Amino acid sequence: MYLGKVIGRVVCTIKDPGLEATKLLLVRRLPNGPAVVAIDAVGAGAGETVYVCRGREAAFAFKPKDVPTEATVVAIVDHIEGPEAVTS
Amino acid sequence: MLLARIIGSVVATRKDPRLEGKKLLICRLVDPNGSDEKGYVIAVDTVHAGFREDVLIVQGSSARMADGCKDTPVDAAIVGIVDEVSQD
Repeated sequence: MYLGKVIGRVVCTIKDPGLEATKLLLVRRLPNGPAVVAIDAVGAGAGETVYVCRGREAAFAFKPKDVPTEATVVAIVDHIEGPEAVTS
Repeated sequence: MLLARIIGSVVATRKDPRLEGKKLLICRLVDPNGSDEKGYVIAVDTVHAGFREDVLIVQGSSARMADGCKDTPVDAAIVGIVDEVSQD
């Protein structure tokens, strides 16, 4: 899992049935990582620092529904204690 | 999940029986602005995407949760056709 910042949204009309009614967020991995598309499980919004779960486990956030995702926003970060290099 | 653009297709006559009837597309990775990035992925198409369309790709074991990919030897699937990417 890693920290990311929500930098935008992605809209798909034609998509896998498992992705219906999900929100697709564009998330940049902190501090300077690549932008990936993640599914929102917690109602995160623009500019928020979030916690992203990757891999097969990302789909577990939507159990029992089977959602084909490899990246899910599973938490909104309030504050971080620790090295600032992680986020800046 | 990754943003990509379809740049070609792959034809394979001899293949795993569970891949029969599936369309294999060559996808160039793109950034949120639509510019090409390094690297490409061969992905199974589950949404009837076409040449030069921007798509959403799910990689890894989660790809098997895409429509019709259950228990197939697939580690990359196209799960959405991108209409719009908006950045904040």
